[in-house]
Amino acid sequence: MENRTFTISVYSENNVGLLNRISGIFLKRHINILSLNVSESEIESVSRFIIVVETTEKWVKNIVGQIEKQIEVIKAFYHTDEETIYLENALFKIASSLLFDEKQIQNIIKDSQSTIVTVSRDFFVISKSGRRSEIEDLYTKFKPYGIMQFVRSGRISVSKEKMEISTMLETFK
Amino acid sequence: MKISGAEAVIRCLLAEGVDLLYGYPGGAIMPVYDELYKFQDQLHHVLVRHEQGATHAAQGYARATGKVGVAIATSGPGATNLITGIADAQIDSTPMVCITGQVGKHLLGSDAFQETDIIGISTPVTKWNYQVTEASEIPEIIAKAFYIARSGRPGPVLIDITKNAQFDQLEFSYEKCTGIRSYTPVPKLKLDKVAEAAALINSAKKPFIVFGQGIILGKAEAEFKALLEKSGIPAAWTILGLSALPTDHPLNVGMLGMHGNYGPNLLTNECDVLIAFGMRFDDRVTGNLNTYAKQAKVIHFEIDPAEIDKNVKTEIAVLGDVKEALTALLPLIEAKSHDLWHNKFKELKEIEYDSVIKEELNPTNNKGISMGETIEMINKHSKGDAIIVSDVGQHQMFACRYAKFNSTKSNITSGGLGTMGFALPAAIGAKMGKPDREVVAIIGDGGFQMNIQELGTIFQTKVPVKIVILNNEFLGMVRQWQELFFDNRYASTKMINPNFVAIAEGYYIKSKKVTQREDLDAAVAEMLASKDSYFLEVMVEKENNVFPMIPTGACVSEIRLS
Ligand SMILES: Cc1ncc(C[n+]2csc(CCOP(=O)(O)OP(=O)(O)O)c2C)c(N)n1
Repeated sequence: MENRTFTISVYSENNVGLLNRISGIFLKRHINILSLNVSESEIESVSRFIIVVETTEKWVKNIVGQIEKQIEVIKAFYHTDEETIYLENALFKIASSLLFDEKQIQNIIKDSQSTIVTVSRDFFVISKSGRRSEIEDLYTKFKPYGIMQFVRSGRISVSKEKMEISTMLETFK
Repeated sequence: MKISGAEAVIRCLLAEGVDLLYGYPGGAIMPVYDELYKFQDQLHHVLVRHEQGATHAAQGYARATGKVGVAIATSGPGATNLITGIADAQIDSTPMVCITGQVGKHLLGSDAFQETDIIGISTPVTKWNYQVTEASEIPEIIAKAFYIARSGRPGPVLIDITKNAQFDQLEFSYEKCTGIRSYTPVPKLKLDKVAEAAALINSAKKPFIVFGQGIILGKAEAEFKALLEKSGIPAAWTILGLSALPTDHPLNVGMLGMHGNYGPNLLTNECDVLIAFGMRFDDRVTGNLNTYAKQAKVIHFEIDPAEIDKNVKTEIAVLGDVKEALTALLPLIEAKSHDLWHNKFKELKEIEYDSVIKEELNPTNNKGISMGETIEMINKHSKGDAIIVSDVGQHQMFACRYAKFNSTKSNITSGGLGTMGFALPAAIGAKMGKPDREVVAIIGDGGFQMNIQELGTIFQTKVPVKIVILNNEFLGMVRQWQELFFDNRYASTKMINPNFVAIAEGYYIKSKKVTQREDLDAAVAEMLASKDSYFLEVMVEKENNVFPMIPTGACVSEIRLS
């Protein structure tokens, strides 16, 4: 089986220590987490992990099985890129002088559909949401001018198909 | 009613039906010990000699009774000493609750005296764990701990309680946990899957059943036996499934795996339908997965969804409670006898008997006492009614191959982790859990010295366990591998042993050492007749090997008889 990118979604109770348990499952199998994002989900008091890995379908299935076994995990799913809508977010910190000295920079910002988050005397900050390739593209464009700081978030994604979490939670009542 | 957190711990244990626990005191758990002193009429605490002993004793208790074993320790080194037993319980699905003391909440993370991150350390080896930092959390968390430990696929849970939470007062009330919304202990049985399984079983020409501890944990021994008898399908056990079916049952064809029997291993690669009950296709059972039962359609009855297709691809997975599944399956199964197919097992059993078993049970040409004949002698005197607790090594394989069992929950051994040092404390726990049963621990000279200190627990509690040391003056199993796969290079496997009998006598345990075959019978008889604990050392042939054997990574049908 070939390696592919999979997005694992984990719905769980919001408990301390669960992250440790989940990361241990990957550690045990020597599988590198490419990106990890934890946030609240659409359901009150339920967290959602989005974990991106590159592995085979057999492994991702096995991992999802082990994740689901954790007591606090309500349900875990995995999807391919085609089955999800996904994004990353990035922030670029750039010297303010460039905004005035290098006219090209303004065009880059416009063409990339990124937004200026803040401008101060010394620096300005650009935020860009999009696919990894779009963010990387922007990075290469800014690079020659000098980037003071750069940071990219983990992937966030929603699945195209339904994930029946709310109904699952109701049946517990 | 306001009580202290420590008292709440005791009241919770009592509410869960605990009457016995194993442990070792220390600073961070002292408030709980102080309460144990108060409640000693209701809750019996056994002082072990090392916290590892507490976990193995709790495991032995749990495996013999089916109840949750409880171990308790202080923070830091007390807690870390529990880890081996917890890991062992996790891989062998043994229900256990461990309670550890922890430094006060205000000291957490400060590298305080005897502080250790036991939650972090135990995470990969527990079914669940939790750190309690407020007294008020205690009842709910302990209720959850017991529920999680015993429900579904059982396992160990660790609860770490800070010292302030033990001292502080809470308004006490206790409610047993009956469900957790994120946790489905038993998947719902799908009757269409049962029907599919039944159809495939009915159509099979050479069906073969393999069963594991799931039958015992699911209390499905009777239903399982009924299925065998109606379907006429031969069945073989994994090491943890041993004793779920009486050894002498005509459809019991023996043990699977690396040192299992010839027939079941060989015929795994000949059956057309392989039906697995409550077992997880461990690599010690399957050998090389690329060549394991490739010709067979596999049906897997299992409680844990994560086990399906983990190692072996299944045709039909029946998830759920095994007792319920068997009950639904039985009426759908056609009564058959499969005599020709069963005869194949019998033929291979004869081959194995002639080339291996006969010599092991009746050694000729002036060889020393064999491990096999010692086990046979125990069978002769116990008549298959004893609980046999084995340690890890050659003697374990001999015990599991040759010990006879009439009833379930009688074979207690460390399967998945293979923990040397398991048997002595586990036997203590088994005997305390089942005082009416004879409990015999079978241990190597190496493993005995890994938890030898528990002789002190036996002496102090007067628990009448019988201990048999099969002394070959080697770390025998490793030596066997060195002989077969490392050119006879016996690197650090020779053991210069102390006077074990003197040590046992130092603990005032009645002892005997046997070096001659003609003394074995009487010594075993005396041991089993003894009302007190008894220590029997048997000097066995030094360089015996356990056969059959499937070398690591080989295919099950490449099983070697010599
Ligand atoms: C704690 C632990 N350490 C090491 C091992 C590796 N090991 C497996 S069997 C064995 C030898 C056991 O020797 P002994 O207890 O004398 O039993 P014998 O094999 O001779 O019957 C060893 C060292 C183990 N299983 N457990």
